[in-house]
Amino acid sequence: MSFNKQTLQNTQDSLFVASQKLKTASGKLRAKIDGKDGTGVGKIAKAGGSLYVLILLLVLYTPLALIIIFSFSNTSNFTFRNGFSIEGYLQIFKSSSSPKLFDSLYNTIVIAIIATIASTILGTFAAIGIFAMKKRTRRITETVNQLPVINSEIVMAVSLVLLFVALKFPTGYIRLIFGHIAFCTPYVILSITPRLMTLDKNLYEAALDLGASPLRAMVTVIIPVIMPGILSGAAMAFTLSLDDFIISQLNKGATTGIDTLSTYIYSSQHNARGLNPFWFAVFSIIIVLVITIVLVLNLIKIKQKKGIVKTFR
Amino acid sequence: MKKIASGNILAANIKKAGLSIKNFRLTRSAFAFPYVVFMLVFIIVPLFLLLSNAFTVTDAVSGDKSFSFDNFKSFANDGSSVKTLSLSLIYGVVTTGLCIIIGYPAAFVLSKLSSGKLLLILFLVPMWINFLIRTLATRAMFTLLNVELGTGTVIFGLVYNYLPFMILPIHTSLTSIDKAYGEASADLGASSIQTFIKVNFPLSIPGLVSGITMVFIPTITTFAVTELLGGVWLFGDSIYSKFKSVNLYGVGSVMSLIMLVFVLVSDMAMRKVNKGEVARNVI
Amino acid sequence: MSEPLLSSSLEVKSVSKPSNSNIIELKGVSKSFDGKPVVKDLTLSIKKGEFVTLLGPSGCGKTTTLRMIAGFEKPSNGTIYIGGQDVTALQPNKRPVNTVFQQYALFPHLNVAKNIAYGISLKKIPTGETVKDKKTGEEYPKTRKYTIQEVSDKVQAVLEMVDLEGYEKRSVNTLSGGQKQRVAIARALVNEPKVLLLDEPLGALDLKMRKDMQIELMDMHKKLGITFVYVTHDQEEALTMSDTIVVMRDGEVQQIGTPQKIYDEPANAFVADFIGESNIFVGVMRADYKCEVCDAVITCVDSGFKKDESVDVIIRPEDVQIVPPEKAVFTATVKACVFKGDHFQTIAEIDNEDKDEILSHDNTECKVGEKIGLYVKPFDIHIMHRGRIINELITTMEDENLVNICGGKFECNAPFPYGTKVKVTIDFDDIDLTDDENDGTISATIQNTIYLGSYWRCVARTDDFVDFFSDTEYDWLKGDRVGINIPKDKILVEKIDETADETLLDLE
Repeated sequence: MSFNKQTLQNTQDSLFVASQKLKTASGKLRAKIDGKDGTGVGKIAKAGGSLYVLILLLVLYTPLALIIIFSFSNTSNFTFRNGFSIEGYLQIFKSSSSPKLFDSLYNTIVIAIIATIASTILGTFAAIGIFAMKKRTRRITETVNQLPVINSEIVMAVSLVLLFVALKFPTGYIRLIFGHIAFCTPYVILSITPRLMTLDKNLYEAALDLGASPLRAMVTVIIPVIMPGILSGAAMAFTLSLDDFIISQLNKGATTGIDTLSTYIYSSQHNARGLNPFWFAVFSIIIVLVITIVLVLNLIKIKQKKGIVKTFR
Repeated sequence: MKKIASGNILAANIKKAGLSIKNFRLTRSAFAFPYVVFMLVFIIVPLFLLLSNAFTVTDAVSGDKSFSFDNFKSFANDGSSVKTLSLSLIYGVVTTGLCIIIGYPAAFVLSKLSSGKLLLILFLVPMWINFLIRTLATRAMFTLLNVELGTGTVIFGLVYNYLPFMILPIHTSLTSIDKAYGEASADLGASSIQTFIKVNFPLSIPGLVSGITMVFIPTITTFAVTELLGGVWLFGDSIYSKFKSVNLYGVGSVMSLIMLVFVLVSDMAMRKVNKGEVARNVI
Repeated sequence: MSEPLLSSSLEVKSVSKPSNSNIIELKGVSKSFDGKPVVKDLTLSIKKGEFVTLLGPSGCGKTTTLRMIAGFEKPSNGTIYIGGQDVTALQPNKRPVNTVFQQYALFPHLNVAKNIAYGISLKKIPTGETVKDKKTGEEYPKTRKYTIQEVSDKVQAVLEMVDLEGYEKRSVNTLSGGQKQRVAIARALVNEPKVLLLDEPLGALDLKMRKDMQIELMDMHKKLGITFVYVTHDQEEALTMSDTIVVMRDGEVQQIGTPQKIYDEPANAFVADFIGESNIFVGVMRADYKCEVCDAVITCVDSGFKKDESVDVIIRPEDVQIVPPEKAVFTATVKACVFKGDHFQTIAEIDNEDKDEILSHDNTECKVGEKIGLYVKPFDIHIMHRGRIINELITTMEDENLVNICGGKFECNAPFPYGTKVKVTIDFDDIDLTDDENDGTISATIQNTIYLGSYWRCVARTDDFVDFFSDTEYDWLKGDRVGINIPKDKILVEKIDETADETLLDLE
């Protein structure tokens, strides 16, 4: 018995010694990598991390890049056997699908504009009103308001279908516009509310004190201050409406023949095998347009922030 | 006499001011009135309709509507529907899991890099492109690489679509952690790894929960993505199909309610963890 | 009392190796951020068990110095020793010091007990046993972590010390500022560090709480016997708590000494101005023990100055006594007299040519316009070398009779050709500051001003970090942007021998 115990103890000891040796060795290695100012390991970690992120970005953009590249190939099978050509882009105007394309584009934009204007106005007043409510009513209203936001899109879409059918809404534009307003307005409100919270409560009262009527005070004092929130809310509403698929798809009504850009893409593509040059071109334009606008807007925002920081130094 | 008179005038003015302020308050919250009505019609009523449709059965012949649990029964008994639900849940878990495994390290790296904010924007830009276009582009990529569409491509497509939604909240969470905590941790003897496990990770959990919610729910209710990339039908597609024909509205409503329950539960969970940061996370 | 009181860089020669009684040593430590120097060539020794305070205005480098000792910043130059060990490149988590942060930095997701236990639950202590390597015979000590009971006991003990018993399970977010402060101190002390670093820990507390905490910290220091390094900008706090004060300004040590010494014998005008209120005059040493100031020759206790050397004269207001004219050294007219509770604060105009202002804290009440006599004991007159007598810098000629000073072209009387290296000397009164920086030949920002009785001495720093001292009658504010003009005849230009040392910014 004691013999086994001894061997066990010996093994434990040698393991311990080995682990200590490993520790000192790795400590020395780390110190060596760290270098004089102790940042060696940190730099390697940073480099590795950057590589990881870059690879991810590469994978993320590959499909999009492929579309753009092969939009110039005038083939649908990713070869350049026809050489470099912009035929695909010309097809946008010449193809038989073109009228339908422009039609749905037109629909999309019109609906988006109307929905944006309506939801922005509705949302702005709603935000101001909700903010002035008593705590309990406010909480309830805000919760209901957030339902379309947190809800899954398809549940939202089907509930709207039920509503439109039950209330016998006229099919087509009306349903689409109201549907879009329904899910855009909450975002407008969520965009304005934080601004209202930082608004100095005394501004409004100061205006009243100086003789303005409530309406005038509202228009001249509150609205200008929350304008950034209103604008970003409107931008968000516009984007959401442009981009929407499910709600439009379910509510457009099969018989009306109305399509938004998204639904048109879906209907022509979801059974299709591959993409023809026409679509390559269309997608490429949208991709480039969106990327450019988003990048430019964000860069402007960053530059603005930097500018502010500089003057306050 | 004069004093009383002026006192009265003063009192009257105060009353007037008070009234107008009161009026103003009435006026102010009244601004929300149109929208409240709108919400009732477009949010509350549809929900009730969902509820009522779930519990209603229409006689195919007579058109009579009656209260019944039949819709629930047919859903529970319909093997394929239940299968689709479980399949969707599995896809949801897998996608969310992959997004966490891939996305957390990415968010972590971005929070440490000086160009992190710029790179984050690059991650978010594709989000703005219509998801149909993104999905079709992904499908095209698979065609190019001669990869057969199936489960793998579907998962790839889902992760591809929702990864930015995981990275963003985690990054926001990580970058909002005061640097002083890291310094305090090091000051007390913790190595960088220990500091991450004991301080930074716990403090980033709200962001993680936010990310999970923004990935899991959309994934299980996703529509069209799975179909396009692998011919797989998930719950979202299933609901869609139910609403194509009127007499399946009932079952469709049941399924929608199930989804709604999921949404509400996860929202409550997130609220508990975040204590009121929902608005910020969404925008 | 005329010897320089900077015990920093001058003592380096005698300390070549870190000695045992010094727990912390900084040698030639400097730190720059984005090219801007924040700590300049700092050499400092801190003895075991001392309560040392780094004192100075915002931006003087005291917090940066503390952070370098803790390890959160790496010095751009120099070495740091803690307990005799070179820790310059050592990670902060391996240093035997603990920090109490200005904003407390209590972990929000842990309760009070877990916060305090954070450090000790990571620690590994030797069990006393060792394991021998069979091959090499080397002995490796075995280590273990503290048991749960041990941790709990330690947390209890330290909670008692900071008077927060029973707060173990409390969430840190529900604590008041003072309570958070004490948890932060407990969290640091429970690790039994050799040195406790405190970064303006009382800044966020209200006055009463601050005073109470000061006393508590002093008690803790006495009880524990460990070294405290304290950073603050509040000179009263420093004077109350410290064994030693290190006064810093613009990254450099101005004076190191006990509170008494610094108060009574400030090393220069800056220290005198920073610590307590002072009257600062310019005087001339006519002979040993005889100083001429404000048109009167008075007896003092300093000697060893050159004859007619220009000096700074510092007199504390409480040392200015109001006496009958026969006993007076100065006569003056009262301009204001305010009751301050335990004394009267009198501002009077001395009857000298410059009509210098003097401040007095005395128990005598005066009327405005009254003529009074003032007396200062010789012992209370502090004389010191003037930090700088003249502006001097080395630069090159732009053209004949045109010299380049900090990028601006100044007219002068010096017919040297372009490129000649010259030494330029300008008196303090000859630097003209203009309100609009565009009216000056070059621009600068006012760094600080000292009122010298009848005029102000300002330091104007150009955008390329050259300091010009200017004596002016205007009350400039720190941060003002000004223009600098120098009359043609007042720029003294001397040609430099080409082989001389090249230091462009060689200011005295």
